[in-house]
Amino acid sequence: MAAGAASGGSAVTDTYKDARTWLLLPAWLTLTILVAAPVFMMLIYSFLTKEFRGGVIWEFSLAAYDQFFFDRGLFGDDPAKIEWTYILIFWRSIWQAGAATILSLVIGFPTAYFIATRPEKSRPLWVFLITIPYWVNLLIRTVSMKFLLRDQGPLNDFLINIGLIDSPIHIVNTNFAVQLGLFYSYLPFMVLPIYAAVERYNFSLSEAAADLYATKATTLRRILLPAVKPGVIAGCILVFVPSMGSFLAPDLLGGAKNFMIGSLIEEQFKGNAGNWPFGAAASMILMSMVLVLLMFYARQQAKSEKAEG
Amino acid sequence: MVEETSATGWETQLSKNEQIAIDVRDAVKRYGDFTALKTISLSIKDNEFFTLLGPSGCGKTTLLRMIAGFEDVTEGGIFLYGDEIENLPPYQRPVNTVFQNYALFPHMTILDNVAFGLEMRGANKSDARKKAGEMLELVQLSQFSARKPSQLSGGQQQRVALARALAPQPKVLLLDEPLSALDLKLRKAMQLELKHLQRETGITFIFVTHDQEEALTMSDRIAVMSAGELQQLGSPNDIYERPRNMFVADFIGETNLLEVSVDKVENGRAICHLGGGHELTCNAVDEVGVGSKVHLSIRPERLFMSEEPAEGESLKAKVRENIFVGTDITTILDLADGPEFIVRTSNSDRGNKRIFEPGTDMYVNMEVGAARLLVD
Ligand SMILES: Nc1ncnc2c1ncn2[C@@H]1O[C@H](COP(=O)(O)OP(=O)(O)OP(=O)(O)O)[C@@H](O)[C@H]1O
Ligand SMILES: [Mg+2]
Repeated sequence: MAAGAASGGSAVTDTYKDARTWLLLPAWLTLTILVAAPVFMMLIYSFLTKEFRGGVIWEFSLAAYDQFFFDRGLFGDDPAKIEWTYILIFWRSIWQAGAATILSLVIGFPTAYFIATRPEKSRPLWVFLITIPYWVNLLIRTVSMKFLLRDQGPLNDFLINIGLIDSPIHIVNTNFAVQLGLFYSYLPFMVLPIYAAVERYNFSLSEAAADLYATKATTLRRILLPAVKPGVIAGCILVFVPSMGSFLAPDLLGGAKNFMIGSLIEEQFKGNAGNWPFGAAASMILMSMVLVLLMFYARQQAKSEKAEG
Repeated sequence: MVEETSATGWETQLSKNEQIAIDVRDAVKRYGDFTALKTISLSIKDNEFFTLLGPSGCGKTTLLRMIAGFEDVTEGGIFLYGDEIENLPPYQRPVNTVFQNYALFPHMTILDNVAFGLEMRGANKSDARKKAGEMLELVQLSQFSARKPSQLSGGQQQRVALARALAPQPKVLLLDEPLSALDLKLRKAMQLELKHLQRETGITFIFVTHDQEEALTMSDRIAVMSAGELQQLGSPNDIYERPRNMFVADFIGETNLLEVSVDKVENGRAICHLGGGHELTCNAVDEVGVGSKVHLSIRPERLFMSEEPAEGESLKAKVRENIFVGTDITTILDLADGPEFIVRTSNSDRGNKRIFEPGTDMYVNMEVGAARLLVD
């Protein structure tokens, strides 16, 4: 009997082995078709020659990358100088995404903390409330935001009516408008991971700190923040990365002056005027930048953990 | 000089009515409709090992948290060395806590955990660490100072929590069931260690437990609580030998609780009826008059058995069963038509006390003072 049961057990394990392959197949398929394949295609396209009406000619070329980094004059025969246009766009993207991330953190952290400290029963309701605006399409939300913020919009009307300002403040078509747009687009990605971290936090640690003469500010800095750091970092990455490549908010709220890398890429693939290899190259550069940032962060993290342990 | 004289004057005055570390005056705690503490008043003396003892849910933690400042007092007040502390936030109260779950900071080393309170009190980092190192030596954990809390055993974590709370030299240390997670042996060792530490540091300890044996072993005084009410306050001996009511007699130690009616009270003695025609004389209690039906408590170790009635109080009974429990033998007796009795005979007493086989008729005896009338 015992032996039979044992061999039955191993048979079950074998069955799982087969099942594992089959059950994981959808995940592998999804990853291959939706992640690996498109990235690989972009990589290939970035090394091809452009067709003037969109599309590519299957001929190897470094022209896209060359165009991104070097300026060879109008006819392409001047000595190569560094092309600042795209690098500046890149720099602006980092800057804008960074500002939006900080804004999200400053607003999102207290929000997450607030939700996590509500009675357990009402927490799901608060999370639900946070997500309600996001049932509406991003495009519509961004357009509405432009309407809210414009010179004759409700915000300026309100501020003038209560006598805080005399003439409308120009918000639309400024950097700040873009930051606001990005912030509003991705706020839940900041709130939710921080909420999850704070909810897991053992609040008796805060009590212990208070018991040991730490003020509220010190407790926040020395006890709560280190404990919820993984959630904060996850939130920052989840806001920063999509903000970097975003094009709706910069296009609609920032105007021509506040061009970001996402808009640049979008433009290369839109209509007949685009340059597919160039768009693909810009995408690859954006992706490698983000990867480098994440790797840098992971290295820092490992280092600080080593120092602590 | 003037200051010293006045200080001396103050001290003499205090030694008369003893210095009070924590004074809880008519404190009430309500959570919404639920009253967790019903008008508690107690004074905890300076340098005292004071224990709050009671069953789960009786409000021990609640009272401790009110003293530490984590819960506000619904009514009444709490005084620390004569000062009302109601409006002091926890971080301004010179009171530290050893939490039931230890609450060590997981991202800090043991040394930094212990140094935290010192740093918060304004010591610079190196001084704080030096002092923390000394504290760790005191609890014999120096070799672990660089580890994280998760790398220690439960007993070691408990000692770290203790060192952390003691390091800033609080005036009062609150301990919320700090030993409940430890196994019996370690627990006994820690009980002694705690007691020593309290003597050495001279800090007032308020210790919470639901283990009556632990309370009796460690405390200078014990407050027995039940359902948010103070049942009795006294020395371990007081509480054990002279329980004031049913609850205390039943909760502390093992006892024979008998329903009796008081027949007569004279010369400070009460004569009680046990049923079945059995009578017993014991010390009278003011609150219990003639005719009252009350309970009587007799500790099993105060009873002894004999073939013939002994001096003092004797009742005729029959042995039902003997149970061997290591250090003692527990004997269960039946009085004819009356209640049952439990008698405990220590093994070391076997020379002068008798054990009878089950079924034997014999007498169970006690001194007049052994039985105690209880207020219900
Ligand atoms: N925040 C709260 N809200 C409502 N009721 C509470 C709250 N905290 C405690 N209580 C109630 O107050 C009573 C006393 O609780 P307390 O934690 O003081 O008990 P305890 O004596 O420490 O018990 P234990 O030995 O189990 O720790 C319990 O009935 C508990 O349910
Ligand atoms: Mg408790």
